[in-house]
Amino acid sequence: MNNLLFDFTLNKATKTVLITREFDANLSMMWDAFTKQEILDQWWAPQPFISKTKLMNFEVGGRRFYAMISPEGQETWALQKYTSITPKTNFKMYNSFADKDENPQLPGSEWDFNFSEQNGTTKVSISIYNESLERLEKMIEMGFKEGFTATLNYLDNLLPTLS
Amino acid sequence: MKPDIFQAIADPTRRAILTLIAIQALTPNAMAEKFDMSRQAVSKHIKVLQECKLIKPEQSGREIYYHFNPKKMQEFDNWLAQFRKNWETQFNQLDKVLSTIKKQKK
Repeated sequence: MNNLLFDFTLNKATKTVLITREFDANLSMMWDAFTKQEILDQWWAPQPFISKTKLMNFEVGGRRFYAMISPEGQETWALQKYTSITPKTNFKMYNSFADKDENPQLPGSEWDFNFSEQNGTTKVSISIYNESLERLEKMIEMGFKEGFTATLNYLDNLLPTLS
Repeated sequence: MKPDIFQAIADPTRRAILTLIAIQALTPNAMAEKFDMSRQAVSKHIKVLQECKLIKPEQSGREIYYHFNPKKMQEFDNWLAQFRKNWETQFNQLDKVLSTIKKQKK
């Protein structure tokens, strides 16, 4: 698809998953893509699932409360609490599953996002710390059943809605 | 609480034990000797590894040998592979969103 870096590793000793990806976009654009509700909802859920943000308040102590919705209409809610924000370079959040009334199911996981731009390409590094595998397992199961294929052309669906 | 694989493999000694018995089944005594640990410490590690099915015991005469269970490790790898795939999908979606935004700005 492209030659941009994609790196995914599990650090067993620190119980951390590290994901690094380069994007053909500048820093401001990448920051917006990860911190603005209207852009997040366009890509955060792997299709055919969709992401629907009910509320988002991007500031330290603020939160994003959103659902992943399956093609059958089943909603899985999650709560992300922002614990630290350094504009355009880093933010941290505590992610947990929740019920539809925003009651979190603990323990959750700690996410750390880092952004850096070089020659117009922006590298995004995400580290996800999980206390237990059970949590990681649930994260994987959350709507992402094995074997689904991204056959729909996402861009075709997205373009008419944007223009 | 029942230990899970993540906790089992987060410990460096247990990872070393797994690496070793993946090559050759060992008795608890042999493990204690190789890692210079007490039998008690070894038993604790064995308990955790066995509870999450990463190793399995086999009686051979008067000795119990512990074998590596590659199937369980494979399950774990499969989970991770799926997780990786999800991110790939999401990021490819993001690429398209970004290029759409760029086009709109022009």
